[in-house]
Amino acid sequence: MKNTRASRLSEYSRELGLLAFIVVLALLFQMRNPKFLTLSNLKDLFTNTAILGVLSVGMMMVLLTGGIDLSIGATIAFSGMVTALTVSANPAISPLLSLLQGMAVGLVIGVIIGVLIAYCKILPIIASLGMMNIVRGLTYLVSKGKWVSAYQMSDSFKAISTGTTLGINNLVVIAIVIYLIFSYFLNNTRTGRYVYAVGSSPETADIVGIPRRRILLLVYATMGALAGLAGVLWVSRYASAQGDTAQGYEMSVIAAVVLGGVSVSGGRGKVSGIILGTILFGMLNNALPLINVSPFWQQAIQGVVILLAVISNVLIKRNNDRMTLRKRAI
Amino acid sequence: MKKNIIAVAMIIAIMGMILPASVFAADKPKYAIVFKNTGNPYGEKQLEGFKVGIEEQGYEAILRAPELPTAEAQIQIIEQLIAQRVAAICIVGNDYDALQPVLTKASKAGIKVFSLDSSVNPASRLTHVNQADSEKIGQTLIKAASDMAGGKGEIAILSATSQASNQNIWIDFMKKELAKPQYANIKLVKIAYGDDLRDKSVSETEALLRSYPNLKVIIAPTTVGIAAAAKVVTDKKLVGKVLITGLGLPSEMAEYIDNGACPYMFLWNPIDVGYLGAYTGVALVTGKIKGAVGDKFSAGRLGNYTITKAPDGGTEVLLGPPFKFDKTNIADWKKVY
Amino acid sequence: MSERTIQTERPWSLKNFFFQWEWFLVGLFVIINIINSFLSPYYFTADTFLSTPMNFLDKAFLVYPMMMIIVLGNIDVSVGSIIALSSVIMAVSYNAGLAMPAAMVLCLLVSTLCGFINGFLQAKFKELSSTIVTISTQIIYRGIAYIILEDKASGKFPSWFSFLGWGYVGEIPFIMIVFIIFTVLFAILIHRTRFGRQLFAMGNNSTACRYSGIKTENMLILVSTIMGFMAGITALFLTSRMGSTRPNVASGYELDVIAMVVLGGVSTSGGKGRISGPLLAIFIIGFLNYGLGLFNISAQVLLIIVGILLIVSVMLQNLRLGKQGQKSGAKPR
Repeated sequence: MKNTRASRLSEYSRELGLLAFIVVLALLFQMRNPKFLTLSNLKDLFTNTAILGVLSVGMMMVLLTGGIDLSIGATIAFSGMVTALTVSANPAISPLLSLLQGMAVGLVIGVIIGVLIAYCKILPIIASLGMMNIVRGLTYLVSKGKWVSAYQMSDSFKAISTGTTLGINNLVVIAIVIYLIFSYFLNNTRTGRYVYAVGSSPETADIVGIPRRRILLLVYATMGALAGLAGVLWVSRYASAQGDTAQGYEMSVIAAVVLGGVSVSGGRGKVSGIILGTILFGMLNNALPLINVSPFWQQAIQGVVILLAVISNVLIKRNNDRMTLRKRAI
Repeated sequence: MKKNIIAVAMIIAIMGMILPASVFAADKPKYAIVFKNTGNPYGEKQLEGFKVGIEEQGYEAILRAPELPTAEAQIQIIEQLIAQRVAAICIVGNDYDALQPVLTKASKAGIKVFSLDSSVNPASRLTHVNQADSEKIGQTLIKAASDMAGGKGEIAILSATSQASNQNIWIDFMKKELAKPQYANIKLVKIAYGDDLRDKSVSETEALLRSYPNLKVIIAPTTVGIAAAAKVVTDKKLVGKVLITGLGLPSEMAEYIDNGACPYMFLWNPIDVGYLGAYTGVALVTGKIKGAVGDKFSAGRLGNYTITKAPDGGTEVLLGPPFKFDKTNIADWKKVY
Repeated sequence: MSERTIQTERPWSLKNFFFQWEWFLVGLFVIINIINSFLSPYYFTADTFLSTPMNFLDKAFLVYPMMMIIVLGNIDVSVGSIIALSSVIMAVSYNAGLAMPAAMVLCLLVSTLCGFINGFLQAKFKELSSTIVTISTQIIYRGIAYIILEDKASGKFPSWFSFLGWGYVGEIPFIMIVFIIFTVLFAILIHRTRFGRQLFAMGNNSTACRYSGIKTENMLILVSTIMGFMAGITALFLTSRMGSTRPNVASGYELDVIAMVVLGGVSTSGGKGRISGPLLAIFIIGFLNYGLGLFNISAQVLLIIVGILLIVSVMLQNLRLGKQGQKSGAKPR
């Protein structure tokens, strides 16, 4: 009996550790600037982090399969730009349609990447680096070098990100809904469990009959669709679509996911973890300007956070494996 | 056998050498402009103005811009332009000094080199086309901020990341202006950096608003920053309490000038800047001017210009004073750029 | 039981010789040059072929060590950041009073250290893929450069420093001479030493190598350290060409270098490759970029072309090796 309780605690040890870290950090920030833990600041924090959250879910699935997707920044820009151009030409279009359009654009890109990785056997980092360039180039071409500005967007479009549902900002609502859907998917459906299987041992997955390639395609297509959705949300939030939107944002997403305990070699990770990782990362982005950390430190801090997170993931896993081995001691 | 194949390949290559040389007739002189990066509507307008100006005078214009705003990308482009034997290169520099070696190489090849908007060091250029007097920009923005704050209060600056020289020069002049006695009651509390990134500029603005609740004005001398700050103020329903001004694109700021978040702001017409650059280039190539102080030339529809001394020791041509955008004219200008 | 001789090598045939990837690359190079000559009447001069490479040879120094890394089955996306950091440290230390030659040595030391750290992290934390390790160090190294220099530039080097990137020895650019020397060194290292053979062996099956006594950890660290050193060489030449430096230099270099290696026939699954391929690929991509520039192709189209080029090269490799792989019964990675 003791064993199971201890083992269950250890399973969640990572999440608990992360939660503790967040609380401690929040207190430290609060001490440096008492405006941190105010309702309005927290609302800002969550709103800004919502888009990151939507993307984290997709990236988590990608990382679970042992892959990576560096093209999401470009996908965000492209879908955002396409949607914004459409809205500026047809202001009467319903915001829901815009969201769907963005998702469709992202889906197409995701499918292409998925095919390249799953069926053409290209390494994920190379496929996504190549697509990143291609999609970014397309973004510039499609926009003809111009930006879509606030006055060209319909009010209903801009209201996507400023409006509220049930009193909570739309963006946060969307993020929560996505989390719930995918949490259920990954934990409670067979296909969801297949995603874990493909990541932890691709060869075994093949042998056992899991449709590995289709799973990979599904995962990248989903990432693409979520990035497309994020693109529309982004453009609505900032009321502007530019060619270099979200350049480099993929790193922030990877950081948040990896912070949340998702292993980069695949097969391990929980949605609860990435919620915490996203919040922690969003907190860093929100608090650092508040406590006057020079913006030039922020990149290095981000990198160190990622590195420490992955290393600690590894160390925890080694520890867990050792504990498991010990439990099997005869 | 192997040798035969190689011989065949060589013959093809040699034929490739001989044929094309005869295909070319004499071309019109080509004038090139290199902007900081692509996908920037302000830059696109400058290129447009340049093209119009060059073609008006009967020459061919080449418009280039790298994807990333780096110096090495511009070096590559300039090398390619040297190979194309262009008559003049108009450079909007991503770095003040880093382009000197390649621009010197261009000059030695007989190409007239001058800078525009974002200058390069005097050794690299014959002259510089400046959109507006940097000192005037600083003075104008501080005066605007002071007027908006009612003569006293806290103000902040939201800058870009200034890869090139502009923002820092303007901020320096702003600080100098603030030191003057008439602004004794205006306090600059912080200079924040939004990196010209939308999301970062938003976070920095939110942080400013939070950390300085008595803030009256935010000056954002960057098109991305000013739009982001204005949106934050609008979203947070602080219109009228915290005012925004700075340098912004009319298209981006139309909404916020209309709703009052930004009572007025400044910029200059990038089309005119490019147009002036075109006429400067042709004047240099035709020998009408040499880039020295006192040289005079005519710039098409813009009128006559005289080259003056620039603060960094070189020479420059000034387009004119910064242009003010407010409720009365924004509707017309937002469609232009 | 009758005796059978088992062939360990495929019989040499003319068809096999010419179906080698390198000849395809040679053909590609010739075609590109022919097309380029149509774009500029001044193309086929000695000056073009000698001075155009000065634009891309600084990147070329990274191609050989990147080849070694890819042969091992790994990747390194932090090279651009290493260049930025070592270049920035060199500039800052020179402007703080250090003598230029010492600053140059410092540049190499910093870059080598960065490479060493990459290798060390990968060796000690084998569970981490090279992808994630080098992604993190990519951010960290450039981040440190930003901390040091923020958004300013640093330079004003002594005038002799520009000889590295712009100078000629007789008719030949200095950078080309250095490049040729390194080509010879790496060719010997990769193809004629035990180190090189161990490299390929590790790329094919590192577990087997470890059990055979090859010190795989040390190899990994050594290869990464060499990568770091060469990044420092690139930093020297790049900084010399620009005469000043900033924290944002060399962004995107990793993509170009990986494209050169992969186009050169080195498979990303590891264990295969010949130095002649990447060598040709350097010039192909370099002259392709140059030709596109002569055509005044816009930056956005160039982006798309580079992206497509990368993907297509890898696909071609996979197709090509897929067939060979089936023949020799090798397992896919």
